[in-house]
Amino acid sequence: MLAKQLSVFIENRKGRLGELLDVLKESGVNILSLSLADTMEYGLLRLIVDDPQKGKESMTAAGCSCMLTEVFIVKIPHSPGSLQKILKTIADEEIGVEYMYGLSYGGDEACIVVKTSDSARAEEVFTKHGIETTSHCKLAF
Amino acid sequence: MIWSKEESLPRTELEALQLARLQETVARVYEKVPYYRAKMDAAGIKPQDVQSLADLAKLPFTTKQDMRDTYPFGLFAVPKDELLRIHASSGTTGKPTVVGYTRGDMETWTDCVARIACMGGATAKDVAQICFGYGMFTGAFGLHYGLEKIGAAIVPSSTGNSEKQLMYMKDFETTLLVATPSYALRLAEVARENGINPKTDLHIKTALVGSELLTDAMREEMHAVWGKDVNITSNYGMSELMGPGVSGECLEHCGMHINEDYFIPEIIDSETGEVLPAGEKGELVITCIKKEGLPLIRYRTKDVTRLFYEPCACGRTTCRMENPSGRSDDMLKIRGVNVFPGQIEEVVLSVEELGPHYEIIVEREGYTDKLTVRVELNKETDSFAELQRIEAFTKNKLKVILGLDAKVRLESPNTLQRFEGKAKRIKDLRKQ
Ligand SMILES: [Zn+2]
Repeated sequence: MLAKQLSVFIENRKGRLGELLDVLKESGVNILSLSLADTMEYGLLRLIVDDPQKGKESMTAAGCSCMLTEVFIVKIPHSPGSLQKILKTIADEEIGVEYMYGLSYGGDEACIVVKTSDSARAEEVFTKHGIETTSHCKLAF
Repeated sequence: MIWSKEESLPRTELEALQLARLQETVARVYEKVPYYRAKMDAAGIKPQDVQSLADLAKLPFTTKQDMRDTYPFGLFAVPKDELLRIHASSGTTGKPTVVGYTRGDMETWTDCVARIACMGGATAKDVAQICFGYGMFTGAFGLHYGLEKIGAAIVPSSTGNSEKQLMYMKDFETTLLVATPSYALRLAEVARENGINPKTDLHIKTALVGSELLTDAMREEMHAVWGKDVNITSNYGMSELMGPGVSGECLEHCGMHINEDYFIPEIIDSETGEVLPAGEKGELVITCIKKEGLPLIRYRTKDVTRLFYEPCACGRTTCRMENPSGRSDDMLKIRGVNVFPGQIEEVVLSVEELGPHYEIIVEREGYTDKLTVRVELNKETDSFAELQRIEAFTKNKLKVILGLDAKVRLESPNTLQRFEGKAKRIKDLRKQ
């Protein structure tokens, strides 16, 4: 099951991240997880939010360059080796991981957000190996 | 259609007319303008020394500084009561430059602009919206009279309030747009923000753009947003010489035809002042040969261009000037390389992942100049590789065109400042 991630271009300057987060706050969009990758000049802010569409609209209205990206939110048990096991499965099936970051909400399970090189095949692989994925809205908080 | 018969005279006839008018003008300024007489005397030139068009090169230049030194009316060849109109430049540095028109000058001006409007495709059926500022600036009035002469219906909407401009444009079914190229692009941007598709919801068939450099890339961008069938021509002029109407592009798009029966163009080396042969690039110098109020002799325009005298497919025999590649003043010397902002603009506009706006920053780090070009990202992406590709591609293109390394700074859309008149996109921090 694919989930929608909000990907936002961000200039690397003081206070810019705060400005962007302010936009989400003003429109009442809740952030469940985020990752920020950057170079000296710019970065990409990747967010899992409770309402991706609304998040995108408010960011666009604020003049940001942003888009919705399809990613997987993969459920993993809170136990040593479980992340490694899933990654090995993905690698064995020759699916590339473009990036990933964690999404933890306490309890017995954690999640990782994964962007794969081939969403359709990844979906099949997850089903075949009984790896559970979720769309953000079904997360229990 | 060709508006005036003088536009297609055989060259020999045209040159004879130019010489007669030049001799008359030189004799008149020598008699009526003490400043010119003093300059010519100092150079050891008398009006009768002008025996051929080549003798023009013997005459001293006129510069903007001369106009400031004689502020306000010191270069005028008629008494003030013969003037019908006085305009002045904004004068960002020092005194403004003042220009004046007699009744005869107003007629000449109108004819000049009617010619270039006609060249660009304007007809009596057009509804022409003039998005140039009315006021001390000559641009709006010049186009106004010329288009009115042709018989177009004028909408003098002036500058500012883009939403209202678009409302007029839609409701009056405006067919002809007069604007700077950057404002024409800005209008299209505002249109789309307001759910108006410039190609299908508006009726623009002709765009006469001027007062700012129109690069090929900008023209393409204009076609992309306004429609590929829109006739886009640039025209050229400056208040000191007349206002708009000095030259304009015909629909063959091979340079701007100079109204040579009114203006004699020369190209000089801006450092030595030496006249360069046809086809070579240098500073444009213009002599007004049919002006009554302010007949400037060898006025240094500071615009860098080339002249072509080959006959044009449109039937006109007047010479054509290339779109200026920049101002000899705006030319930036970066690490010893001559850079014109227009070249940078050309690159920015040619990269489809970037918006049309940009800012050029030149700094000095130690003893080295550093060039940074700020651009707006026009493509949504979730990929670093893609961002790096856009950055590297732009950097590489700049390197090819400019011959030097520039830093490219990607910014979010709508970050850079928008301009409605002449754009100020250069920050040269080396002088501070
Ligand atoms: Zn032509």
